[in-house]
Amino acid sequence: MDILPILSTLRRHKITAFLVIIEIALTCAIVCNAVFLINQRLDRMHMTSGVAEHELLEILFADIGPNKNQKARTAEDLAALRQIPGVLQVSSANQVPFGNSSWNGGIKLDRNQRVSTLNATTYTGENVLQTLGTQLVEGRNLQPDDYMDFDDVVRAASVKDAKGIPKVTVITQSLAQRLWPGQQPLGKVIYYADYPMTVVGVVKHLVRPAFTDNATAEFTMVLPMRITQGLYIIRTDPQNRDAVLKAAVAKMKAINPHRVILKQRPWDEVRSNFFQNDRAMAGLLVGVCIALLVVTALGIVGLGSFWVAQRRRQIGVRRALGATRRNILHYFQTENFLLATIGIALGMVLAYGINLMLMLHYELPRLPAIYFPVGALSLWVIGQLAVLGPAMRAAAVPPVVATRSV
Amino acid sequence: MFGYYLDLALRSLRRNKTLTALMVLAIALGIGASMTTLTVLHVLSGDPMPGRSATLFYPQLDPQDMDGYEPGKEPMQQVTWIDGMNLLHAKRGLHQALMTGGAVPVQPAQSGMDPFYADARYTSDDFFAMFQVPFLFGRGWSEADDNDKARVVVITRTLNDKLFAGKDSTGQTLRMGDSAFRVIGVLDSWRPNPHFYDMNMGNYVASEDVFLPLTTARELRFDHNGSMDCWGTGGGDEEHLETAPCVWLQFWVQLSSTGDAAAYKEYLLHYSQEQKAMGRFQRPPNVRLPALMEWLDINKVVPGDVRLQTWLAFGFLLVCLVNTVGLMLAKFLRRSGELGVRRALGASKREVFAQLLVESGVIGLAGGAGGLLLAFLGLWLVRKQPSDYAALAHLDMSMLLITFLLAVGSSLLAGLLPAWRACQITPALQLKSQ
Repeated sequence: MDILPILSTLRRHKITAFLVIIEIALTCAIVCNAVFLINQRLDRMHMTSGVAEHELLEILFADIGPNKNQKARTAEDLAALRQIPGVLQVSSANQVPFGNSSWNGGIKLDRNQRVSTLNATTYTGENVLQTLGTQLVEGRNLQPDDYMDFDDVVRAASVKDAKGIPKVTVITQSLAQRLWPGQQPLGKVIYYADYPMTVVGVVKHLVRPAFTDNATAEFTMVLPMRITQGLYIIRTDPQNRDAVLKAAVAKMKAINPHRVILKQRPWDEVRSNFFQNDRAMAGLLVGVCIALLVVTALGIVGLGSFWVAQRRRQIGVRRALGATRRNILHYFQTENFLLATIGIALGMVLAYGINLMLMLHYELPRLPAIYFPVGALSLWVIGQLAVLGPAMRAAAVPPVVATRSV
Repeated sequence: MFGYYLDLALRSLRRNKTLTALMVLAIALGIGASMTTLTVLHVLSGDPMPGRSATLFYPQLDPQDMDGYEPGKEPMQQVTWIDGMNLLHAKRGLHQALMTGGAVPVQPAQSGMDPFYADARYTSDDFFAMFQVPFLFGRGWSEADDNDKARVVVITRTLNDKLFAGKDSTGQTLRMGDSAFRVIGVLDSWRPNPHFYDMNMGNYVASEDVFLPLTTARELRFDHNGSMDCWGTGGGDEEHLETAPCVWLQFWVQLSSTGDAAAYKEYLLHYSQEQKAMGRFQRPPNVRLPALMEWLDINKVVPGDVRLQTWLAFGFLLVCLVNTVGLMLAKFLRRSGELGVRRALGASKREVFAQLLVESGVIGLAGGAGGLLLAFLGLWLVRKQPSDYAALAHLDMSMLLITFLLAVGSSLLAGLLPAWRACQITPALQLKSQ
C-alpha cells in the first residue's frame, strides 16, 4: 500500500487530521493512566487481611449506667456466647482489621532513641489471634500466663511500674522484616512506650485498622492484655453466620437489657466499608474510560464518514481507473492507522507526563512499561473498528460515480 | 438577521441528525462530567462560616517533652486540658471555646423507646455565640453554668423532634447516663461543612445532637471521642485527664479583626515562654495561629480523589471538545459550495462567520442543556455513594450559572476554529468546481 498519496491527501486536511491525532493522543494518555489507577485500586481492594474471612462477626456495644464489675460481666457474656451453636471462638478485643477505630503507637529499637522507628497498631484481648484466625509462622502464640488486665497495666504505667506491663508480643512478618531485615525476629526486643517487649511469635499476616499508606498496612503487634472495651469478635462457621449474629445479640440483650448495641455486623461488611471509596473511584474511572473510548470511536466514525462523502468522486475515479474495492478499503484503513500511530506516539509522551504529575501529587508509583504497548494496541484496534464502517461504504462506491457530474 | 441565521442553523443541523446528535452528546457528556465533579469540589472546599471565617483562629502550642523534638516541626493539633483552660480563662479574644467530641447514653422518658447513644459536643459557653449557632428555642448556657458544672443541655432540632415531638422542650428533663439534665436550648438546623471545629469525627460529618458543658461531662466521666496524643508517661488514663500530658481538646478563638492575629500570636508566644520558665513546657516556644480556612488546608480536608476526579473530568471535556471541533470543521467544510455561493452573492466574511457561530452556539446550548441534565444525574449518583460528604452534593445557583457559561463558552470556542476556517474559502474556487 502506498503511503505517500495518503500523506499528501492528509496534508490537504491538516487541521482535521491534526484534531484526530490530538483526540487519539489525549484519549490514549488519559486511558493509560486511568487503567493504571484502576489497577492500583483493585490491588488495594484485594489486600490480604490475614484473618478468617467470612467467619467473623463484630458486635460493638455499650452498657448504660455505672460499669461496676465489668470483668465478671464480660466473662459471663463470653461464656454465654460460646454456648451458641456454631460459635467457634469469642474474644473481647480492642479493634478489628479494617475497622475505623485503632490503637497506634511508636516503636523504638533502642530505649535511648529520640524518635520512634515507626508507628504500629496494637491488637489486644484474650484469644484475639485465635478468634481472628491468624496463621502463626514462627515461635509461639500468646499464652494465658502472659496476659494482664488492661486496667492494671494502665495503673502500672501511670506510676512507671515496669513489672505491671506486658513483656512479650507477637508481631507480623511484615513488621519483623521492616524492623530487622533478613534476621530472625524471635527473641528480639522492641520498646513500646519505652517499655521493653520480647518478640515470642510471628504471624503471617494481620492487617491494621484505619490506614492510608499500603506500605504500613501490616505494621501490627499484639499485646497480651485482657480488655473490656465494648467490642466482641465472634468466629463462626460461615453458613450460620447471620443466625449466630442474631442469637448473639439476643443473648447479650437478655443478660443485660440496659445495654445499647451500637453495631452488629459480619466482618465482611467492615472490609467492604473500608474500601468503599476505592470501589467508587475504580467504578468512576472505568466509566470515564469507556466514555472516552466511545466518544473517540464515534469521532473517528463521524470524520471518516465525512471524508468518504467528500471524496466520493475521487473514489469513483480511482475505481474507474482500475482500483479494486479492497484497494479503497485499505486506503482508508491505512489512513486511520497512520493517524492513530502518530496520535498514540504523542499520547505515550503525554501519558508519561501525566504519570509524573500524579507521582508528584498523589504518591503513585511509576506507570509500568507494559501499559504502553497494551494501550497502543487497544487504540489501534478501536481506530480500525471505528473506520471499518465508513471504509466499507467507501469501497461500495461504484465506478460509475466518476462519470456523473455532481 | 439573527433569526434567519438561527433558522439556517436548525435546517443544517436537521439535515444530518446522527451527526448533530453525536456533537450534542459529546458536549453534554463532557459538561455533565465536569460539572458533577466541579460541584462536588465546590461543595467540599466551601467556607463553613461565611463572613466570619477570617476572624476565627485555631491556636497551636507545643507542650511536648524533648523526646522526638525536631526544630520547626508542626506543633500538636490539639491542646491539653491545662493549656486549654488557661487560654479559655485568659479571654484574649472576642469569643473562645474549648471542646471535644463524645457520645452520651440517652434514656428517653417514653416507654417503648430503647436507650441510645447520641453524638455529643462537650464545650464551653461561648461556642454558640462564636459559631453563630441558630437557636429554635431557648439559649445556650452561661459561664456560671460552666463553672458550676451545671446539668444543662442544648439539643438539636432532630433530637427534639425525636424525644419531644418538636415542641418547645426548654425546662424539660433529659436523662443521660445516670443524671438528669435540664434542656435549656434547642438548635435550629445547623450543619457547617466541613465539620471544621473537630475533624477527628470525619471531615464532613453532621454536627452533634447534644451539647453540654465540658466541665459537666468531665465530672460525670462521659465518654469522649476523637484522637488523643500523649507523651512521656501519659497513658490517657480516664481519671486523670485534667493533669495528663496528653492533647485531646480543640480550642477556637474569634478575634475582633484579622489584624489582631499578630497580637494574639504574641500572647501565645509569651504564654509558651512562661510555661517553659515554670518547667511545664520543655521545647522552645513553637506556636501557630492558622485562620479557619488555613486550618482546613493544613488538614487537607478536600479528599485527593475528588481533585483527581475533577482533573479527569476536565480531561474528558477536552477530548469531547476536540471531537466536536473536528466534526464541526468537517461539516462546515463540506458546505464550502453553499458558503461560496453566499460569499459570491455579497455576504461578507464576517456575516458567514456569524452564521456559522450561531450554528455552533445552537449545538453548545443543546449540549449545555443535556450536560445540565447529566450533571443532575451525576450528582444523584454521587449522593448514592457511601462517603460522608455524599449528601452534600447539590447544584446551587452559582454552579448552575457556571454550567451554562461553560457549555456556551466551550461550544463557541469549539465553533471558532471551524467557522474561521470555513470563512477562508475563496468563493471563485468553489463556484468553479460546481
